[in-house]
Amino acid sequence: MKKIIVAIFCSLVSLGALAAGGPSVPMDHIEPDITDQESLQKGLALFTNYCFGCHSLKYARYERAADDLGIPHDIYVENLISGDAKIGELMSISMPEDQAKIWFGSPPPDLTLSARLRGPDWLYNYLRGFYADAKRPYGVNNTVFKDVGMPHVLAELQGVCKDAPHLGVVPEVDPLSGKIVKSSGCDEFSTPGTLSTEEYDEAIYDLVNFLEYVGEPSRLESIGIGRMVLIFLAFLFVFAYFLNKEYWRDIH
Amino acid sequence: MKKLIGWIDERLPIVEAFENHMSKYYAPKNFNIWYIFGVLSMVVLVNQLLTGIWLTMSYNPSAENAFSSVEYIMRDVEYGWLLRYLHSVGASAFFVVVYLHMFRGLMYGSYQKPRELIWIFGMTIYLALMAEAFMGYLLPWGQMSYWGAQVIVNLFGAIPYIGEDLALWIRGDYLISGITLNRFFALHVVALPIVILALVVLHILALHTVGSNNPDGIEIKNNKDENGIPKDGIPFHPFYSAHDVVGIVVFLFVFCGVVFFFPEMGGYFLEKPNFEPANPLKTPDHIAPVWYFTPFYAMLRAVPDAFLGVVVMGGAIAILFVLPWLDRSPVKSIRYKGWMSKFALALLVVSFCVLGYLGVVVATPERTMWARILTAVYFAFFILMPWYSKVDKTKPVPERVTG
Repeated sequence: MKKIIVAIFCSLVSLGALAAGGPSVPMDHIEPDITDQESLQKGLALFTNYCFGCHSLKYARYERAADDLGIPHDIYVENLISGDAKIGELMSISMPEDQAKIWFGSPPPDLTLSARLRGPDWLYNYLRGFYADAKRPYGVNNTVFKDVGMPHVLAELQGVCKDAPHLGVVPEVDPLSGKIVKSSGCDEFSTPGTLSTEEYDEAIYDLVNFLEYVGEPSRLESIGIGRMVLIFLAFLFVFAYFLNKEYWRDIH
Repeated sequence: MKKLIGWIDERLPIVEAFENHMSKYYAPKNFNIWYIFGVLSMVVLVNQLLTGIWLTMSYNPSAENAFSSVEYIMRDVEYGWLLRYLHSVGASAFFVVVYLHMFRGLMYGSYQKPRELIWIFGMTIYLALMAEAFMGYLLPWGQMSYWGAQVIVNLFGAIPYIGEDLALWIRGDYLISGITLNRFFALHVVALPIVILALVVLHILALHTVGSNNPDGIEIKNNKDENGIPKDGIPFHPFYSAHDVVGIVVFLFVFCGVVFFFPEMGGYFLEKPNFEPANPLKTPDHIAPVWYFTPFYAMLRAVPDAFLGVVVMGGAIAILFVLPWLDRSPVKSIRYKGWMSKFALALLVVSFCVLGYLGVVVATPERTMWARILTAVYFAFFILMPWYSKVDKTKPVPERVTG
């Protein structure tokens, strides 16, 4: 018994210590919700309009996204597929990799698994982390990914932040006036955007939510099946338990 | 039905085999929860074999297509995601149950005379399992697959004189490439599973020849009734088969919970960098093996010299093989051993767990110092065993098994 306690204690200590190793840049945390179809649809639209020119989702298929997000095929084809791609095809792009390398320094990565590789928090902060930097080829830098080759594609929505935005700030409210005195975001914009900070954050949440979904579309299915499997096993346990008890009744 | 069985039995001794290994195999009646992990490793082995066969049907072992074929399995193959997660979580589950199974053996002296061969077969299974897991980990062809394999194969290069050639021979190339992937695939799906299955058969045959140990470490065969049946023994079937079903269901509950809800297990079962395709030109910032190798990895890093590090790491596994001849205690079970043996075993568990942690995180001078101390503690458990197991004061062992 003592050994069991020792073993459990050890594993807990090591797990706790591992979990403590956080990111080096402070970041805001989000909880993706891939059951929120409306958010996923908005994220998909945003992705198609702003990201899909350069970033492929080459392991995912249009049809799967349409079905999982509850978008009728004809609407999807009409609005979200450019060119003559068929709905059953993979979501690849036509930008040649060698050209892209010349334009951006390195070809824009495929984003199918970006949420699994970097985590949703990283994406959420990265897309809110651009700021003006005249030394960079596209005039912007990023707090989360220093000297990134990517231009601020969403500048027309967010605007361009004059200095590095504050991320991962715990919001503080002045108790007397009720005004928010400290929060994550940009202090001053050098170029204004069409969305307010809150609207932009929400749009990015939707986009990241969509990337979270596309990283592992089976998660939607997995939760439902998983519940049934666990319920079945719980029932099976009752029968197995009493069967065992019956056999062992006379063994002392 | 009876006629059919009779017909077969005249030609193949199936009834006798069933009696020898199930209905007339007498196991001690005082098994506790620690005795479930043997049967659970069989369950996981079957899971790995079955899901592995189906994964092979859709997987493509080439440097160009391996990564995308895994994503194809995850997205386009019906229930491919389930097969893949059962297999990947199964790999970690295998090591969980095998480590607990080995710990049980250490605790109750199941390696002691007359069970030395069972222990050696078991250790060989463990060794084959490590090779199997290592080669399987290359197959998804992600960044961590690639660089993990690079680091481990380079270890062979540290061996004097023949090292470089040996590493080259293993890789089949000057760096990990599609050639390596293909041969690891062949070894992973054909060669090693055959070896593991054969060893499992030997492990069980040897066990059923001498009989199972028990938490009291008493030989139940020394106390038989007039029919030659051990007084403290009960037929494996139906008593332990019914018992094991309960354990298996509980295990499956936990296992499926992970498979369906946390298949990445926070990056410990599926490491995050492995969601990026292998890139021979880009080394990841921090290369960490999967959790089940990290105690040995920590030992490797603790030694400043590369070759000596390999020796220490190999020695940490090799020394387990001779364990039956290191233990000089007159009793088997921890229940009747003295404080020294108990303390030594507790230290072993602590050192192994903490080394496992140190193997995951980035090395700092302080952590390296701890890794050195704990490596010494790990080896001390074995090297000092002939001494402390002999001088340790034992308690009298009862005649018959207790609860």
